[in-house]
Amino acid sequence: MKPVEQLRQSMRKDRQWSFMYSMLDLDLDVSQGVILYLEDVSVSFDGFKAINNLNFYVNAGELRCVIGPNGAGKTTMMDIITGKTRPDTGSAYFGRTIDLLRLSEPEIAALGVGRKFQKPTVFESHSVFENLELAMAGDKRVFPTLFARLSGEQRDRIHEVLGIIGLQEQTQREAGALSHGQKQWLEIGMLLMQDPHLLLVDEPVAGMTHQEMDRTAELLLSLEGKHSVVVVEHDMDFVRSIAKRVTVLHQGSVLAEGSMDEVQNDPRVVEVYLGE
Amino acid sequence: MGVASVMRGDKGGQAMLAVLLVVAVVVPILNLVVPESSPWHVSTYTVTLLGKYLTYALLAVAVDLVWGYLGILSLGHAAFFGLGGYAMGMYLMRQIGDRGVYGHPVLPDFMVFLNWSELPWFWQGFDLFWFAALMAILVPGTLAFVFGYLAFRSRVTGVYLSIMTQALTYALMLAFFRNEMGFGGNNGLTDFKDILGFDLKSDATRIGLFLASAGALALGYLACRWIVTSRLGRVAVAIRDAEARTRFIGYRVDRVKLAIFTFSAMLAGVAGALYVPQVGIINPGEFSPLNSIELVIWVAIGGRATLYGAVIGAILVNYGKTYFTGAFPEAWLFALGALFVIVTLFLPKGIAGLVGMIRTWRRSRSPAGSAAEAAP
Repeated sequence: MKPVEQLRQSMRKDRQWSFMYSMLDLDLDVSQGVILYLEDVSVSFDGFKAINNLNFYVNAGELRCVIGPNGAGKTTMMDIITGKTRPDTGSAYFGRTIDLLRLSEPEIAALGVGRKFQKPTVFESHSVFENLELAMAGDKRVFPTLFARLSGEQRDRIHEVLGIIGLQEQTQREAGALSHGQKQWLEIGMLLMQDPHLLLVDEPVAGMTHQEMDRTAELLLSLEGKHSVVVVEHDMDFVRSIAKRVTVLHQGSVLAEGSMDEVQNDPRVVEVYLGE
Repeated sequence: MGVASVMRGDKGGQAMLAVLLVVAVVVPILNLVVPESSPWHVSTYTVTLLGKYLTYALLAVAVDLVWGYLGILSLGHAAFFGLGGYAMGMYLMRQIGDRGVYGHPVLPDFMVFLNWSELPWFWQGFDLFWFAALMAILVPGTLAFVFGYLAFRSRVTGVYLSIMTQALTYALMLAFFRNEMGFGGNNGLTDFKDILGFDLKSDATRIGLFLASAGALALGYLACRWIVTSRLGRVAVAIRDAEARTRFIGYRVDRVKLAIFTFSAMLAGVAGALYVPQVGIINPGEFSPLNSIELVIWVAIGGRATLYGAVIGAILVNYGKTYFTGAFPEAWLFALGALFVIVTLFLPKGIAGLVGMIRTWRRSRSPAGSAAEAAP
């Protein structure tokens, strides 16, 4: 590039300098009704295309299920949204304005993207209450954390979330002593404590009993409208019980999208799931 | 925040501080007031030995803070201890003045011996006690900050981090062995005369240093308790148990680690600065990787993540070391090894966990006890 051209580029009015980025407005803009935009995203690991030209949109307040065979790129997609993996090409926007590809994991979390891992991970040696306290939205820098005290309001908020996830009885129990299902709910509660706009939930019912599954379905449905939720799940019965819109991923891109019935009757989906 | 709220629920720590207070009152009396002929007399040698153990205990508390609560197994904490010790040693060297063997008014003996004509720049200011004391905290703190900044930002964890801390202390040892470094080479700094104008050989000065060590241990302990009972302390344990999860709920894991690691290094520096005037020498051997490993063993034996366990471990192991190296010098390393194996196999929570184990065992033995437990 010639120097003149370089200068012209840097004088462009819409130019965003990375060092000014922290000064930019990081307010979530969902005026178009869409909270998450993934466009033309590709990522490969050692030549294997985990995500291939993926286009994926989530509406604000929507509960979306993502299904797909193993290796379809579901977890990689979550990694990209939360900043753990950087795509080779493509863009990822949170609302209309926030470029997720420029932010670190804690910054993305602070903006209101909560993620639940496949394997339940809670802080085992802390009580249920303390788990929620640590996850609470607020100033998470070192010194404010050192001097942090719980206010009455925050205490109320923790008890409210304890009610939503149904763990009031276990408030003071060590999280390590909870059952598998209870840990999953506690982890969802920890996400809720962050007042997230977007919740990414990876296989919430793996290893659950039927009662626990029903309870989890209720929990996720109760979040719809207040939060946007993306659920990745293998269990078809569970998906049918909660899903309005389903996205099918296959070999790193979207194969089909629509209601559960539409998707299930789509011949391409049938082929991917049954043809092998 | 008051002492009471920090110490709430920490029974072991309360007992430890109470014992420390009693020792700090009784030992000086037994040394200074009780005549030497009495069997109750505590010799100045013992006072100094106890003071040395207390500085080790403070060092062990610093290690327990990062290992027990934050999950960082630092195998180089003796480096921070050594640096604090060198800062104090430099002050004590400057205090010798013209009383050295060569009688030079400013230069310490080893510099005269090396034919140096003037004091190197990094020795300036060490004739002032406050400056040396500040450096005893700032130098280890700065090293820990720079090291930690690079290591934690790159997310180096686990055994790799431990190896790097070993390399750090080993590199310092090799550097300090060199005469050109200007820290006395392999002889280190020694032959100290006085501190703040008090003769280092007098009983009263020894008692003063002993009390300063006890005070530093108590304050350091309370500071660590304050950190571990704060929300930051809970974040530290969260990092230890599930680092990725902590990052995803929005904590800057690297910054938390950096802050606590740096604080711990500063505590270790204070311990080193109190150690040197009591033992009367500091040399590069303090940076030996083995020292850092031994120090981790104290904490493991005392009981990880309890803080007071570190104090118990440091004092017991060092008492054992003093006894064994006097009585059976060849047996000490075997005894230390055996102790470590026994504790790892039978006392996973260390000596601090023993109380809980005995309680559980007695409850399971007496049916009346278990019935009483079950009744309410």
